[in-house]
Formats: sequence, C-alpha cells, structure tokens
Amino acid sequence: MSSIRMTLAGVSSIAGVKSNDTMSSWLKRSARALGLPLLGLLVFLLIWQAGAKQIHTSLGEFPGPSQVYQQTLSLIADHNAERARETDFYERQEQRNAERIAKDPSYEPKIREYTGKPTFFDQIGTSLVTVLAGFFIAGLIAIPLGICIGLNGALYSALNPIIQLFKPVSPLAWLPLVTMVVSAVYVTPDPLFAKSFLTSLFTVSLCCLWPTLINTAVGVSAVSPDLQNVSKVLRLSWGTHVVKIVLPSSVPMIFTGLRLSLGIAWMVLIAAEMLAQNPGLGKFVWDEFQNGSSDSLGRIMVAVLVIGLIGFLLDRIMLLLQRAFSWDKNAITR
Amino acid sequence: MSLSKHLELTGVSIEFPTPKGPFKALDNVNLKIEKGEFVSLIGHSGCGKSTVLNIVAGLHKATTGGVVLEGKEVDEPGPERAVVFQNHSLLPWLSAYENVELAVKQVFKGQKSKAEMKAWIEHNLELVHMTHAMHKRPDEISGGMKQRVGIARALAMEPQVLLMDEPFGALDALTRAHLQDSLMEIQKDLNNTVIMITHDVDEAVLLSDRIVMMTNGPAATVGEILKVELPRPRDRIALADDPQYNHYRHQVLSFLYEKQRKVEDIGQHRSVKKSEEEAVELPKKRAHG
Ligand SMILES: Nc1ncnc2c1ncn2[C@@H]1O[C@H](COP(=O)(O)OP(=O)(O)O)[C@@H](O)[C@H]1O
Ligand SMILES: [Mg+2]
Repeated sequence: MSSIRMTLAGVSSIAGVKSNDTMSSWLKRSARALGLPLLGLLVFLLIWQAGAKQIHTSLGEFPGPSQVYQQTLSLIADHNAERARETDFYERQEQRNAERIAKDPSYEPKIREYTGKPTFFDQIGTSLVTVLAGFFIAGLIAIPLGICIGLNGALYSALNPIIQLFKPVSPLAWLPLVTMVVSAVYVTPDPLFAKSFLTSLFTVSLCCLWPTLINTAVGVSAVSPDLQNVSKVLRLSWGTHVVKIVLPSSVPMIFTGLRLSLGIAWMVLIAAEMLAQNPGLGKFVWDEFQNGSSDSLGRIMVAVLVIGLIGFLLDRIMLLLQRAFSWDKNAITR
Repeated sequence: MSLSKHLELTGVSIEFPTPKGPFKALDNVNLKIEKGEFVSLIGHSGCGKSTVLNIVAGLHKATTGGVVLEGKEVDEPGPERAVVFQNHSLLPWLSAYENVELAVKQVFKGQKSKAEMKAWIEHNLELVHMTHAMHKRPDEISGGMKQRVGIARALAMEPQVLLMDEPFGALDALTRAHLQDSLMEIQKDLNNTVIMITHDVDEAVLLSDRIVMMTNGPAATVGEILKVELPRPRDRIALADDPQYNHYRHQVLSFLYEKQRKVEDIGQHRSVKKSEEEAVELPKKRAHG
C-alpha cells in the first residue's frame, strides 16, 4: 500500500513539471518519481512469489501473485455468471406470468425476488455502503458533540473520562452488545434495513467516532489567542464569534479527525463482518476460510488486496475533500 | 481630571499570578496622551510594553489604577481602541477584503449601507496600498502586505486610539521603511491618536511626537519621556544628517544602553548574540555627542 502511495505522489509531482525545466532533469526526476516505486513493487512481487512457494498449508501452497491473478479472473467470471443467472430467472418469471395471464386474465402475477449467493463484488458494494453510512452517522454525532465539548470547558471535563474510556474499545467487544440491542429494539413487521446491516453500521459508528470527536473538540478549544483577541477587540457576539472565528479555525482539525475516523471505520467493518457473519467483504473472507478449497487462500488474498486498495482510495478521497474545503493548505500533505 | 486630556493612564500596576506567586510586571505607570498625538513606547524586551498596550486595549485588567478614554473608564476591549497586532492576526481563511469587512460590518452595523461599507473597505485598503491584492488570502501575500491589511482593518474601525504592538518588527528594513512612510502619510490625513510599541530607535524618533521610555522590569514604569519636536512632514534621508534628529536618537540610546542597560548585556558575548533579535536594535550609526 505504501508503494502505491508513493506512486501517486510521484504522478502528482510529474504533473507539476515546469516548462522551463530542461528535458534531462525532467527525465531524471520522473525516473525517480515513477521508477523507484515501480522497482519497489517489482521486488515485492518477486519476494512474494518466492516466499509463497516455501509456505505449505493444509490447503496447499500459499498463493503467489499468479494465483491471485487467476483468482481475480475467476471471481469476475463467477460474478458475471451469477448476473446471467439472475437475468435468466427474471426473464423466465416474466414469461411464465405472461403465459398465465394469457390463459386467465383475472390472474394477478406474483413477482419473486431472486435469491442467489452474493458475489465478491456484491460483498464489496455492501461493505462500501455500510462503511460510508457508519462513518456518516459517526460524523453526524461527533462533529456537533465535539463543537459543544470544545466550547464548554465544564462539559469537556465531564465527558473526558468517558471518551478516554470508550476510545480504545475494540469493535469485537461492542459487537455482541450492539447485536443484542439491535435485535431487541428494531422490531418492525416490514424492516427497511436488515438487522445485520444495522449491527455492522452501529459497530462501525461506535468505534470510529472518537478521533473526529476528539479532534473537533481540540480544534474548537485551541483557537489561537491572537484570533480570540481580534474577536474581543471587535466585540463579536458569542454566536458570531463561534461562526466566524471558532468553526473556520477548527476546520483543518475536524478534517484530520474525519480522515482518521474513516480509516478506523474501514478496518473495524471488516473485522465486525467476519465475526458477526454479516454480509460484506469480511464475510467473504470468513466463508472462503471455512470453505477450505484449494482456491480459498488465493481468493482471500484477492480480498486482502482489495481491502487495502479500498482503504487507500477512501483516504485519498478524504484528502481531496480536505483540499477542497479546508483553508489550511499546508497541514494536509501529511 | 482635566478635560483636555484625551487618554489617561493613572497609577497603573499589574500583577500576574504565576506558580511562584504574583509577578508584578508594571508599577505605577502614569501617562497622559493628547488627541492626535503619536506616542511610541520603547524599552528592553520583556519590560512590559505589550502589557501596557493590552491594558489600554482592555485585553488585560490593571490590578490597581486604570485607563480613561474621553472621560470614560476602559474596562473591556472595543473597536474604538483598535489594535494592530505584532503578528498581523488576520483570519487565515478570509481574503484581505473579507478580513477588513468583518471589522467594518461589526462596527458600522446599521450605520452604513452595503454599498457604503464596500466603498469604505476599499478606501481603507487603498490607504495602505493593498487594492491590487485585496482578494488574496493571508497565505498568498508577503509579511509586509499582511501587516498593511492589519493596519487597514484597524483604521477601518475609525478608532479613537490606534494601538500598535511592534507592527513592523518582523519585517525587513526596506519594507519597514515603506510602511513607516505610509503610516506617516495616513497619520497626517486622519490625525489618529496612536500608541506604538517599537524596539527600533530610528523608528521611534522618525514617527513620534513623544517617546515614552520604560525602565526594565519587573515592576517596570515610565522612565523618561522625550518630546520630539521635528517639523512634519519628516523625511528620513534629510533627517539622517540633522543634528536635532541625532540628538534625539542619542538621548534614547543613552537611556537604553547606559541608564537601563540590561545586566545580561555586559561581557557575556554569547548571551548578547542570542537575545539580539529580541533586544533593542543596536544603533547603525554612532550618534555624535
Ligand atoms: N499573562 C501573563 N502571565 C504572566 N506573566 C506575564 C503575562 N504577560 C506578560 N507577562 C510577563 O510580564 C513581563 C512583561 O511582558 P511584555 O509586556 O510582553 O513585555 P514586552 O512587550 O515589553 O516585551 C514579562 O516578564 C512577561 O513574562
Ligand atoms: Mg511585546
């Protein structure tokens, strides 16, 4: 993942080439910017291939890059096959219904849902929706609460022990509690969301809201004394002070918190899905592990790489949002 | 209290609570300032110049004594005592125009129409020659330009007193000279009352009507007050050879380096070097006398 990060950094520095640079120095720089990460990737693949051959498990050899490539193709093929079956199913159903209506015009056609096994790509979609929803809820709670805590020293003192206590709790510890609470509280005849979705969602929210909460509170309470003096000299009202001075000056910290939260959310979600058997990439990994066929390890390896890639992309997206919306352009290249 | 005095500091003392007990920074500071007067405060680093300014601004409260402006006791900060901060203190997420706008909207709420406010903001940015970059944000302009915007923001409040804490301290000599000239021009037109802290002897003599020299802390107070009776407009090049000008410089220098010499400055070459940046600027040219 870090090699991919370096490649992207290299690409962006190439984009910044100035016209007056000489060709040779440009070549040298792009060789450094692109060449080194590529070299790193190549060495990694070679070591992986060689190392994988040395590890023998009960399910066969540890998957190397070539097996991973094959399994990726096979997962895509599985997905396409499943989609084809689904289309077939609906076509046949429609045909049957049309025939019955032709025979008996009073017949009310029944439409049944296709209940196939979710593919790898379906699981990716589920995980993405869950992580974004969980992250969104966490932000919705953490940012306003963080602002209140940051503005009010007494509230901060009162809540600080609780925050410090819950912050380090592992998602696996929350999961049984969240599962039981969701089962007990969410009882409707016609559920809009699956219980498994809600369980994953709330577990993710509970685990990832802390960095945003803490960073928001710190950002809000640590407005530079100089700016506070400006506000005093102007005799800004409390409301104006908060809106014009406090909130804008804490935006960079809020974004830092959100970025940390999203990273945690993604890690937590995969673990929660594995443990609770909730739909998503975590379940895919667990199912393959239980399945124990000769392809399983290769497929798990594909999932591992995809999880890393998605985590990386989520982080980049947050960074782009931060660049677009935060005034502090220096603090975000970290 | 005589009515002619515009701004009066009477018996001002302040103690800061510290872990080692109260620290008396200022003791019995008395100062009377006339309307339209340009007064500079000079003294060694850490003697309490900023503290005096902050008390006038209302950002600190005197332990004993107090400040009266136009017959009214100062007890909180307010825009009639605008401050130009040493490090400009612009809001980094707002453009130069918006920084001034924040102040103008606050001070002239309900008094000026939208169009009048816009014209007033632009006028003040023009005074400090910032029209060309008024839609740039602080991180896109130089230190001197930021300081100009800070001055424009303070002027735009139409303050009764303009308080400046080492406004040009962080700037290079050339930029500083430009800003000093601008400030003199503006002062000529607007006739503001100004209190400026400086550590630059030339700056003090060039700009001031009176120079208030402070003794070393702790328990610092007003040591001497020097009246600078050079005709205005003042020209820095002509004054460089002016015996009267050099006489004033000499008096300030002798106060700082003979009467109020800092103990650390003797002998210890290394400590002098270290504190050079903070200490009063060394004379560039020997005053004759
Ligand atoms: N809030 C404060 N608490 C404690 N001591 C302070 C505080 N503000 C200033 N001081 C002390 O008061 C003295 C004068 O400070 P200051 O007015 O900033 O000096 P100057 O501006 O002349 O360099 C210094 O010794 C400083 O340490
Ligand atoms: Mg100071």
